[in-house]
Amino acid sequence: MTEKVKLLHHVEAINWNRIQDEKDVEVWNRLVNNFWLPEKVPLSNDVQSWHTLTPEEQQLTMRVFTGLTLLDTVQGTVGAVSLIPDALTPHEEAVYTNIAFMESVHAKSYSSIFSTLCSTKEIDDAFRWSVENPNLQKKAQIVMDYYFGDDPLKKKVASTLLESFLFYSGFYLPMYWSSRAKLTNTADLIRLIIRDEAVHGYYIGYKFQKGLEQVSEEKRQEIKDYTFELLYELYENEVQYTHDLYDSVGLAEDVKKFLHYNANKALMNLGYEAMFPSSVTDVNPAILSALSPNADENHDFFSGSGSSYVIGKAVNTEDEDWDF
Amino acid sequence: MAAVQAADAAIMHGPGQQPGSSTDAALIYFSSASGNTHRFVQKLGLEAARIPLRTSDETIYALRPFVLIVPTYGGESGRNSIPPQVVKFLNEEQNRSLLRGVIGAGNTNFGTTYCLAADKIAAKCQVPRLYRFELMGTSEDVDRVKKGLEDFWTRQSQMPQ
Repeated sequence: MTEKVKLLHHVEAINWNRIQDEKDVEVWNRLVNNFWLPEKVPLSNDVQSWHTLTPEEQQLTMRVFTGLTLLDTVQGTVGAVSLIPDALTPHEEAVYTNIAFMESVHAKSYSSIFSTLCSTKEIDDAFRWSVENPNLQKKAQIVMDYYFGDDPLKKKVASTLLESFLFYSGFYLPMYWSSRAKLTNTADLIRLIIRDEAVHGYYIGYKFQKGLEQVSEEKRQEIKDYTFELLYELYENEVQYTHDLYDSVGLAEDVKKFLHYNANKALMNLGYEAMFPSSVTDVNPAILSALSPNADENHDFFSGSGSSYVIGKAVNTEDEDWDF
Repeated sequence: MAAVQAADAAIMHGPGQQPGSSTDAALIYFSSASGNTHRFVQKLGLEAARIPLRTSDETIYALRPFVLIVPTYGGESGRNSIPPQVVKFLNEEQNRSLLRGVIGAGNTNFGTTYCLAADKIAAKCQVPRLYRFELMGTSEDVDRVKKGLEDFWTRQSQMPQ
Protein backbone atom coordinates (compact mmCIF):
# COMPACT_ATOMS: atom_id res chain seq x y z
CA MET A 1 0.00 0.00 0.00
CA THR A 2 1.57 3.27 -1.10
CA GLU A 3 -1.17 5.67 0.00
CA LYS A 4 -0.80 7.02 3.47
CA VAL A 5 -3.36 8.39 5.87
CA LYS A 6 -2.60 12.07 6.33
CA LEU A 7 -1.06 13.33 9.51
CA LEU A 8 -1.33 16.78 10.99
CA HIS A 9 1.52 19.04 9.89
CA HIS A 10 1.22 21.46 12.75
CA VAL A 11 0.40 20.83 16.38
CA GLU A 12 0.08 23.23 19.29
CA ALA A 13 0.05 22.30 22.97
CA ILE A 14 -3.56 21.50 23.72
CA ASN A 15 -5.15 23.83 26.25
CA TRP A 16 -8.18 22.27 27.93
CA ASN A 17 -8.79 25.53 29.74
CA ARG A 18 -9.74 27.29 26.54
CA ILE A 19 -12.58 25.50 24.81
CA GLN A 20 -14.02 26.42 21.41
CA ASP A 21 -16.71 23.74 21.34
CA GLU A 22 -18.28 22.54 24.60
CA LYS A 23 -19.37 19.36 22.85
CA ASP A 24 -15.72 18.23 22.78
CA VAL A 25 -15.51 18.38 26.58
CA GLU A 26 -18.93 16.81 27.06
CA VAL A 27 -18.11 13.86 24.79
CA TRP A 28 -14.58 13.44 26.16
CA ASN A 29 -16.00 13.21 29.69
CA ARG A 30 -18.68 10.83 28.61
CA LEU A 31 -16.21 8.53 26.86
CA VAL A 32 -13.89 8.56 29.87
CA ASN A 33 -16.79 7.79 32.23
CA ASN A 34 -17.86 4.93 29.97
CA PHE A 35 -14.37 3.39 29.87
CA TRP A 36 -14.31 -0.38 30.39
CA LEU A 37 -12.16 -3.43 29.67
CA PRO A 38 -13.28 -6.94 28.68
CA GLU A 39 -11.48 -8.40 31.72
CA LYS A 40 -14.20 -6.84 33.90
CA VAL A 41 -16.93 -8.94 32.29
CA PRO A 42 -17.30 -12.51 33.67
CA LEU A 43 -17.32 -14.16 30.25
CA SER A 44 -16.42 -17.58 31.68
CA ASN A 45 -19.94 -17.78 33.09
CA ASP A 46 -21.05 -18.31 29.48
CA VAL A 47 -19.07 -21.52 28.93
CA GLN A 48 -21.97 -23.76 29.91
CA SER A 49 -24.40 -21.79 27.77
CA TRP A 50 -22.01 -21.92 24.80
CA HIS A 51 -22.18 -25.71 24.84
CA THR A 52 -25.97 -25.62 24.54
CA LEU A 53 -25.60 -24.06 21.06
CA THR A 54 -25.50 -26.36 18.04
CA PRO A 55 -22.21 -26.51 16.06
CA GLU A 56 -23.89 -24.38 13.34
CA GLU A 57 -24.98 -21.78 15.89
CA GLN A 58 -21.49 -21.69 17.37
CA GLN A 59 -19.95 -21.23 13.94
CA LEU A 60 -22.42 -18.44 13.11
CA THR A 61 -21.61 -16.69 16.37
CA MET A 62 -17.87 -16.87 15.76
CA ARG A 63 -18.23 -15.58 12.21
CA VAL A 64 -20.36 -12.68 13.38
CA PHE A 65 -17.74 -11.78 15.96
CA THR A 66 -14.79 -11.96 13.55
CA GLY A 67 -16.79 -9.67 11.24
CA LEU A 68 -17.24 -7.21 14.09
CA THR A 69 -13.55 -7.55 14.95
CA LEU A 70 -12.63 -6.50 11.42
CA LEU A 71 -14.82 -3.39 11.56
CA ASP A 72 -13.45 -2.38 14.95
CA THR A 73 -9.93 -2.90 13.67
CA VAL A 74 -10.62 -0.69 10.65
CA GLN A 75 -12.13 2.01 12.83
CA GLY A 76 -9.39 1.86 15.47
CA THR A 77 -6.39 1.65 13.21
CA VAL A 78 -7.51 3.79 10.27
CA GLY A 79 -10.96 5.33 10.64
CA ALA A 80 -10.81 7.40 13.79
CA VAL A 81 -7.18 8.31 13.12
CA SER A 82 -7.96 9.52 9.60
CA LEU A 83 -10.40 12.07 11.04
CA ILE A 84 -7.72 13.79 13.13
CA PRO A 85 -6.25 16.03 10.37
CA ASP A 86 -9.73 17.39 9.59
CA ALA A 87 -10.55 18.30 13.19
CA LEU A 88 -11.89 21.80 13.77
CA THR A 89 -10.47 22.08 17.30
CA PRO A 90 -7.50 20.51 19.14
CA HIS A 91 -9.95 18.92 21.58
CA GLU A 92 -11.71 17.20 18.71
CA GLU A 93 -8.34 15.65 17.80
CA ALA A 94 -8.01 14.35 21.35
CA VAL A 95 -11.53 12.86 21.25
CA TYR A 96 -10.60 10.91 18.09
CA THR A 97 -7.58 9.41 19.83
CA ASN A 98 -9.91 8.25 22.59
CA ILE A 99 -12.30 6.78 20.02
CA ALA A 100 -9.42 5.02 18.22
CA PHE A 101 -8.20 3.43 21.45
CA MET A 102 -11.66 2.24 22.47
CA GLU A 103 -12.15 0.66 19.03
CA SER A 104 -8.96 -1.31 19.68
CA VAL A 105 -10.40 -2.36 23.07
CA HIS A 106 -13.55 -3.52 21.29
CA ALA A 107 -11.55 -5.47 18.71
CA LYS A 108 -9.58 -7.14 21.49
CA SER A 109 -12.70 -7.97 23.49
CA TYR A 110 -13.91 -10.37 20.78
CA SER A 111 -10.68 -12.26 21.21
CA SER A 112 -11.45 -12.48 24.94
CA ILE A 113 -14.80 -14.02 24.08
CA PHE A 114 -13.13 -16.49 21.70
CA SER A 115 -10.40 -17.54 24.08
CA THR A 116 -13.02 -18.12 26.79
CA LEU A 117 -15.42 -20.15 24.68
CA CYS A 118 -13.61 -21.73 21.71
CA SER A 119 -10.66 -23.86 20.66
CA THR A 120 -7.65 -22.42 18.83
CA LYS A 121 -8.61 -24.27 15.68
CA GLU A 122 -12.16 -22.87 15.74
CA ILE A 123 -10.77 -19.39 16.25
CA ASP A 124 -8.34 -19.74 13.34
CA ASP A 125 -11.11 -21.06 11.10
CA ALA A 126 -13.37 -18.13 11.95
CA PHE A 127 -10.63 -15.58 11.22
CA ARG A 128 -9.90 -17.33 7.92
CA TRP A 129 -13.59 -17.05 7.06
CA SER A 130 -13.47 -13.30 7.76
CA VAL A 131 -10.64 -12.91 5.25
CA GLU A 132 -12.42 -14.98 2.62
CA ASN A 133 -16.01 -13.68 2.89
CA PRO A 134 -16.45 -11.28 -0.05
CA ASN A 135 -19.30 -9.25 1.46
CA LEU A 136 -17.45 -8.65 4.68
CA GLN A 137 -14.29 -7.68 2.83
CA LYS A 138 -16.30 -5.42 0.55
CA LYS A 139 -17.87 -3.44 3.35
CA ALA A 140 -14.52 -2.88 5.00
CA GLN A 141 -13.01 -1.86 1.66
CA ILE A 142 -15.79 0.61 0.76
CA VAL A 143 -15.28 2.45 4.01
CA MET A 144 -11.47 2.23 3.88
CA ASP A 145 -11.46 3.86 0.45
CA TYR A 146 -13.11 6.95 1.88
CA TYR A 147 -10.69 7.14 4.76
CA PHE A 148 -7.89 7.48 2.21
CA GLY A 149 -9.83 10.14 0.30
CA ASP A 150 -9.44 13.89 0.61
CA ASP A 151 -12.96 14.97 1.49
CA PRO A 152 -13.36 15.57 5.26
CA LEU A 153 -17.16 15.51 5.06
CA LYS A 154 -17.28 12.26 3.10
CA LYS A 155 -14.88 10.66 5.56
CA LYS A 156 -17.21 11.59 8.41
CA VAL A 157 -20.23 10.21 6.55
CA ALA A 158 -18.44 6.89 5.97
CA SER A 159 -17.31 6.82 9.58
CA THR A 160 -20.78 7.54 10.99
CA LEU A 161 -22.36 4.90 8.75
CA LEU A 162 -19.78 2.41 10.01
CA GLU A 163 -20.35 3.31 13.67
CA SER A 164 -24.14 3.55 13.49
CA PHE A 165 -25.15 1.12 10.74
CA LEU A 166 -22.56 -1.44 9.63
CA PHE A 167 -22.08 -3.03 13.04
CA TYR A 168 -25.71 -3.97 13.46
CA SER A 169 -25.95 -7.05 11.28
CA GLY A 170 -23.48 -8.43 13.84
CA PHE A 171 -24.87 -6.88 17.03
CA TYR A 172 -28.20 -8.53 16.30
CA LEU A 173 -26.96 -12.02 17.20
CA PRO A 174 -25.78 -11.50 20.80
CA MET A 175 -29.04 -9.59 21.44
CA TYR A 176 -30.92 -12.56 20.01
CA TRP A 177 -29.03 -15.02 22.25
CA SER A 178 -29.57 -12.75 25.22
CA SER A 179 -33.33 -12.66 24.57
CA ARG A 180 -33.25 -16.46 24.81
CA ALA A 181 -31.19 -16.32 28.03
CA LYS A 182 -28.03 -17.55 26.25
CA LEU A 183 -24.52 -16.05 26.36
CA THR A 184 -25.84 -13.33 28.66
CA ASN A 185 -22.40 -12.18 29.85
CA THR A 186 -21.20 -11.90 26.28
CA ALA A 187 -24.32 -9.81 25.61
CA ASP A 188 -23.40 -7.54 28.52
CA LEU A 189 -20.01 -6.93 26.92
CA ILE A 190 -21.59 -6.25 23.51
CA ARG A 191 -23.97 -3.75 25.11
CA LEU A 192 -20.93 -1.83 26.34
CA ILE A 193 -19.62 -1.75 22.77
CA ILE A 194 -23.02 -0.64 21.46
CA ARG A 195 -23.11 2.19 23.97
CA ASP A 196 -19.64 3.36 22.92
CA GLU A 197 -20.50 3.20 19.22
CA ALA A 198 -23.60 5.27 19.91
CA VAL A 199 -21.48 8.06 21.41
CA HIS A 200 -18.98 7.79 18.53
CA GLY A 201 -21.69 7.98 15.87
CA TYR A 202 -23.37 10.88 17.64
CA TYR A 203 -20.12 12.85 17.94
CA ILE A 204 -18.79 12.25 14.43
CA GLY A 205 -22.27 13.01 13.07
CA TYR A 206 -22.31 16.25 15.05
CA LYS A 207 -18.89 17.29 13.72
CA PHE A 208 -20.13 16.44 10.23
CA GLN A 209 -23.03 18.85 10.69
CA LYS A 210 -20.67 21.56 11.97
CA GLY A 211 -18.57 21.03 8.84
CA LEU A 212 -21.64 21.27 6.59
CA GLU A 213 -22.39 24.73 7.96
CA GLN A 214 -19.13 25.97 6.48
CA VAL A 215 -19.75 24.92 2.87
CA SER A 216 -21.94 26.18 0.03
CA GLU A 217 -25.49 25.06 -0.60
CA GLU A 218 -24.27 23.28 -3.73
CA LYS A 219 -21.70 21.32 -1.76
CA ARG A 220 -24.30 20.45 0.87
CA GLN A 221 -26.53 18.97 -1.79
CA GLU A 222 -23.61 17.00 -3.23
CA ILE A 223 -22.81 15.58 0.19
CA LYS A 224 -26.43 14.68 0.85
CA ASP A 225 -26.69 12.83 -2.48
CA TYR A 226 -23.40 11.11 -1.76
CA THR A 227 -24.60 10.03 1.72
CA PHE A 228 -27.71 8.36 0.38
CA GLU A 229 -25.79 6.70 -2.47
CA LEU A 230 -23.22 5.33 -0.07
CA LEU A 231 -25.94 4.13 2.29
CA TYR A 232 -27.66 2.28 -0.57
CA GLU A 233 -24.38 0.71 -1.65
CA LEU A 234 -23.59 -0.40 1.88
CA TYR A 235 -27.17 -1.50 2.46
CA GLU A 236 -27.23 -3.80 -0.58
CA ASN A 237 -24.00 -5.35 0.59
CA GLU A 238 -25.36 -5.68 4.15
CA VAL A 239 -28.40 -7.54 2.85
CA GLN A 240 -26.11 -10.02 1.07
CA TYR A 241 -23.92 -10.36 4.13
CA THR A 242 -27.00 -10.91 6.31
CA HIS A 243 -28.23 -13.71 4.04
CA ASP A 244 -24.74 -15.28 4.01
CA LEU A 245 -24.74 -15.44 7.76
CA TYR A 246 -28.29 -15.90 8.90
CA ASP A 247 -30.11 -17.91 6.21
CA SER A 248 -28.95 -21.16 7.82
CA VAL A 249 -30.81 -20.28 11.04
CA GLY A 250 -33.79 -18.56 9.40
CA LEU A 251 -33.21 -15.16 10.98
CA ALA A 252 -32.30 -13.03 7.93
CA GLU A 253 -35.66 -11.22 7.69
CA ASP A 254 -35.61 -10.35 11.36
CA VAL A 255 -32.04 -9.05 11.06
CA LYS A 256 -33.02 -6.86 8.09
CA LYS A 257 -35.61 -5.01 10.17
CA PHE A 258 -32.87 -4.28 12.67
CA LEU A 259 -30.67 -3.00 9.81
CA HIS A 260 -33.42 -0.63 8.62
CA TYR A 261 -34.01 0.67 12.11
CA ASN A 262 -30.30 1.38 12.57
CA ALA A 263 -29.84 2.87 9.11
CA ASN A 264 -32.49 5.42 10.09
CA LYS A 265 -30.60 6.23 13.25
CA ALA A 266 -27.32 6.58 11.35
CA LEU A 267 -29.00 9.10 9.03
CA MET A 268 -30.36 11.01 12.01
CA ASN A 269 -26.88 11.16 13.53
CA LEU A 270 -25.87 12.94 10.33
CA GLY A 271 -28.83 15.31 10.62
CA TYR A 272 -30.87 13.71 7.81
CA GLU A 273 -34.42 12.41 8.01
CA ALA A 274 -35.04 8.69 8.51
CA MET A 275 -35.37 6.85 5.18
CA PHE A 276 -36.96 3.47 5.94
CA PRO A 277 -40.71 3.59 6.75
CA SER A 278 -42.01 2.16 10.02
CA SER A 279 -43.48 -0.83 8.15
CA VAL A 280 -39.95 -2.23 7.72
CA THR A 281 -38.37 -0.99 10.97
CA ASP A 282 -40.61 -2.94 13.34
CA VAL A 283 -37.76 -4.63 15.16
CA ASN A 284 -38.64 -7.81 17.04
CA PRO A 285 -39.64 -6.58 20.54
CA ALA A 286 -37.45 -9.26 22.14
CA ILE A 287 -34.39 -7.81 20.37
CA LEU A 288 -35.31 -4.25 21.30
CA SER A 289 -35.84 -5.29 24.87
CA ALA A 290 -32.44 -7.06 24.94
CA LEU A 291 -30.93 -3.78 23.75
CA SER A 292 -32.82 -1.52 26.13
CA PRO A 293 -34.95 -3.23 28.79
CA ASN A 294 -37.34 -0.31 29.26
CA ALA A 295 -37.83 0.72 25.63
CA ASP A 296 -41.33 -0.81 25.43
CA GLU A 297 -43.41 2.03 24.08
CA ASN A 298 -46.64 0.74 25.58
CA HIS A 299 -45.50 2.34 28.80
CA ASP A 300 -45.85 5.77 27.20
CA PHE A 301 -49.04 7.73 27.76
CA PHE A 302 -49.40 8.75 24.11
CA SER A 303 -48.88 5.18 22.86
CA GLY A 304 -50.81 3.21 25.43
CA SER A 305 -54.50 3.11 26.20
CA GLY A 306 -54.39 6.74 27.27
CA SER A 307 -56.22 5.93 30.46
CA SER A 308 -53.32 5.51 32.83
CA TYR A 309 -50.47 7.82 33.66
CA VAL A 310 -46.94 6.60 34.12
CA ILE A 311 -45.72 8.43 37.19
CA GLY A 312 -43.04 7.69 39.68
CA LYS A 313 -41.37 4.66 38.20
CA ALA A 314 -38.72 3.22 40.47
CA VAL A 315 -35.89 5.50 39.46
CA ASN A 316 -33.42 7.17 41.75
CA THR A 317 -34.06 10.88 41.32
CA GLU A 318 -31.66 12.09 43.99
CA ASP A 319 -28.38 12.14 42.10
CA GLU A 320 -29.12 15.42 40.33
CA ASP A 321 -28.43 18.92 41.55
CA TRP A 322 -31.98 19.68 42.71
CA ASP A 323 -32.89 22.57 44.97
CA PHE A 324 -36.20 20.96 45.96
CA MET B 1 -33.07 28.00 0.89
CA ALA B 2 -29.57 29.00 1.91
CA ALA B 3 -31.05 31.79 4.00
CA VAL B 4 -33.41 29.37 5.71
CA GLN B 5 -30.53 27.01 6.47
CA ALA B 6 -28.40 29.84 7.76
CA ALA B 7 -31.24 30.94 10.03
CA ASP B 8 -31.66 27.37 11.18
CA ALA B 9 -27.95 27.12 11.92
CA ALA B 10 -28.20 30.29 13.96
CA ILE B 11 -31.01 28.79 16.03
CA MET B 12 -29.21 25.47 16.30
CA HIS B 13 -26.19 27.00 17.88
CA GLY B 14 -27.76 30.07 19.35
CA PRO B 15 -28.45 30.57 23.02
CA GLY B 16 -32.18 29.72 22.83
CA GLN B 17 -34.87 31.86 24.42
CA GLN B 18 -33.58 35.15 25.83
CA PRO B 19 -32.19 34.33 29.30
CA GLY B 20 -34.43 35.61 32.07
CA SER B 21 -37.43 36.05 29.78
CA SER B 22 -40.90 34.61 30.29
CA THR B 23 -42.76 32.44 27.82
CA ASP B 24 -46.40 31.55 27.29
CA ALA B 25 -45.52 28.56 25.09
CA ALA B 26 -47.22 25.28 26.04
CA LEU B 27 -44.08 23.42 24.98
CA ILE B 28 -40.66 24.03 26.49
CA TYR B 29 -37.56 22.07 25.53
CA PHE B 30 -33.84 21.75 25.89
CA SER B 31 -31.57 20.87 23.00
CA SER B 32 -27.78 20.84 23.09
CA ALA B 33 -25.61 22.14 20.27
CA SER B 34 -26.18 18.90 18.37
CA GLY B 35 -29.73 20.15 17.77
CA ASN B 36 -31.53 16.78 17.66
CA THR B 37 -34.36 17.79 19.99
CA HIS B 38 -34.53 21.21 18.33
CA ARG B 39 -35.10 19.53 14.97
CA PHE B 40 -37.86 17.38 16.42
CA VAL B 41 -39.60 20.45 17.85
CA GLN B 42 -39.32 22.25 14.51
CA LYS B 43 -41.05 19.33 12.82
CA LEU B 44 -43.94 19.58 15.30
CA GLY B 45 -44.59 23.11 14.06
CA LEU B 46 -45.92 24.19 17.47
CA GLU B 47 -44.96 27.28 19.42
CA ALA B 48 -42.14 26.27 21.73
CA ALA B 49 -39.48 27.90 23.91
CA ARG B 50 -35.91 26.63 24.17
CA ILE B 51 -34.12 26.65 27.52
CA PRO B 52 -30.87 28.66 27.22
CA LEU B 53 -27.86 26.62 26.12
CA ARG B 54 -25.37 28.15 28.52
CA THR B 55 -25.75 26.87 32.09
CA SER B 56 -24.38 30.16 33.42
CA ASP B 57 -27.23 32.14 31.80
CA GLU B 58 -30.37 32.94 33.76
CA THR B 59 -33.09 30.41 32.97
CA ILE B 60 -36.50 31.16 31.43
CA TYR B 61 -39.88 31.30 33.14
CA ALA B 62 -43.11 29.55 32.16
CA LEU B 63 -46.33 31.55 32.37
CA ARG B 64 -48.82 28.76 31.65
CA PRO B 65 -49.04 24.96 32.00
CA PHE B 66 -46.57 23.28 29.66
CA VAL B 67 -45.03 20.01 28.53
CA LEU B 68 -41.24 19.62 28.68
CA ILE B 69 -39.14 17.80 26.07
CA VAL B 70 -35.77 16.69 27.39
CA PRO B 71 -32.86 14.65 26.03
CA THR B 72 -30.80 12.38 28.31
CA TYR B 73 -27.16 12.94 29.18
CA GLY B 74 -24.67 10.88 31.06
CA GLY B 75 -23.25 7.46 31.19
CA GLU B 76 -23.38 4.09 32.80
CA SER B 77 -24.58 4.82 36.30
CA GLY B 78 -27.27 7.21 35.08
CA ARG B 79 -25.89 9.95 37.30
CA ASN B 80 -26.39 13.48 36.05
CA SER B 81 -28.53 12.27 33.19
CA ILE B 82 -30.64 15.44 33.20
CA PRO B 83 -28.94 18.34 31.40
CA PRO B 84 -27.91 20.86 34.12
CA GLN B 85 -29.73 23.62 32.23
CA VAL B 86 -32.98 21.67 32.74
CA VAL B 87 -32.30 21.09 36.45
CA LYS B 88 -31.74 24.82 36.79
CA PHE B 89 -35.03 25.51 34.99
CA LEU B 90 -36.97 23.07 37.21
CA ASN B 91 -35.36 24.40 40.37
CA GLU B 92 -37.59 27.45 39.85
CA GLU B 93 -40.78 26.75 41.77
CA GLN B 94 -42.86 28.68 39.22
CA ASN B 95 -41.65 26.43 36.42
CA ARG B 96 -42.16 23.08 38.09
CA SER B 97 -45.60 24.04 39.39
CA LEU B 98 -46.72 24.57 35.78
CA LEU B 99 -45.10 21.37 34.44
CA ARG B 100 -47.81 18.91 33.30
CA GLY B 101 -45.89 16.18 31.47
CA VAL B 102 -42.52 15.13 30.07
CA ILE B 103 -41.43 13.79 26.68
CA GLY B 104 -38.02 12.09 26.47
CA ALA B 105 -35.50 12.09 23.63
CA GLY B 106 -32.81 9.42 23.60
CA ASN B 107 -31.22 6.42 21.97
CA THR B 108 -32.01 2.78 22.84
CA ASN B 109 -28.30 2.01 22.36
CA PHE B 110 -27.81 3.49 25.82
CA GLY B 111 -29.66 0.52 27.26
CA THR B 112 -30.98 1.01 30.78
CA THR B 113 -30.44 4.76 30.65
CA TYR B 114 -32.66 5.23 27.55
CA CYS B 115 -34.64 8.46 28.14
CA LEU B 116 -33.73 8.28 31.83
CA ALA B 117 -33.88 12.08 32.22
CA ALA B 118 -37.59 12.05 31.36
CA ASP B 119 -38.27 9.25 33.85
CA LYS B 120 -36.39 11.08 36.59
CA ILE B 121 -38.24 14.33 36.01
CA ALA B 122 -41.59 12.51 35.88
CA ALA B 123 -40.85 10.81 39.20
CA LYS B 124 -39.42 13.88 40.90
CA CYS B 125 -42.17 16.27 39.77
CA GLN B 126 -45.00 13.72 39.83
CA VAL B 127 -46.13 14.25 36.25
CA PRO B 128 -46.68 11.65 33.52
CA ARG B 129 -44.02 10.64 31.04
CA LEU B 130 -45.96 11.13 27.84
CA TYR B 131 -43.75 9.78 25.09
CA ARG B 132 -40.21 8.87 24.07
CA PHE B 133 -38.48 9.16 20.73
CA GLU B 134 -34.97 8.54 19.43
CA LEU B 135 -32.54 11.22 18.20
CA MET B 136 -34.53 13.72 16.09
CA GLY B 137 -37.62 11.49 15.83
CA THR B 138 -39.29 9.88 12.82
CA SER B 139 -42.38 11.20 11.03
CA GLU B 140 -44.49 8.71 13.04
CA ASP B 141 -43.11 10.19 16.26
CA VAL B 142 -44.04 13.68 15.06
CA ASP B 143 -47.61 12.61 14.22
CA ARG B 144 -48.09 10.81 17.54
CA VAL B 145 -46.77 13.67 19.61
CA LYS B 146 -48.88 16.26 17.78
CA LYS B 147 -52.03 14.19 18.23
CA GLY B 148 -51.04 13.22 21.76
CA LEU B 149 -50.46 16.80 22.86
CA GLU B 150 -53.76 17.94 21.35
CA ASP B 151 -55.69 15.25 23.25
CA PHE B 152 -53.66 15.87 26.37
CA TRP B 153 -54.47 19.58 26.53
CA THR B 154 -58.15 18.91 25.76
CA ARG B 155 -58.28 16.45 28.62
CA GLN B 156 -56.44 18.87 30.91
CA SER B 157 -58.95 21.62 30.18
CA GLN B 158 -61.79 19.27 31.14
CA MET B 159 -60.23 18.36 34.47
CA PRO B 160 -61.72 19.99 37.57
CA GLN B 161 -59.20 22.52 38.86
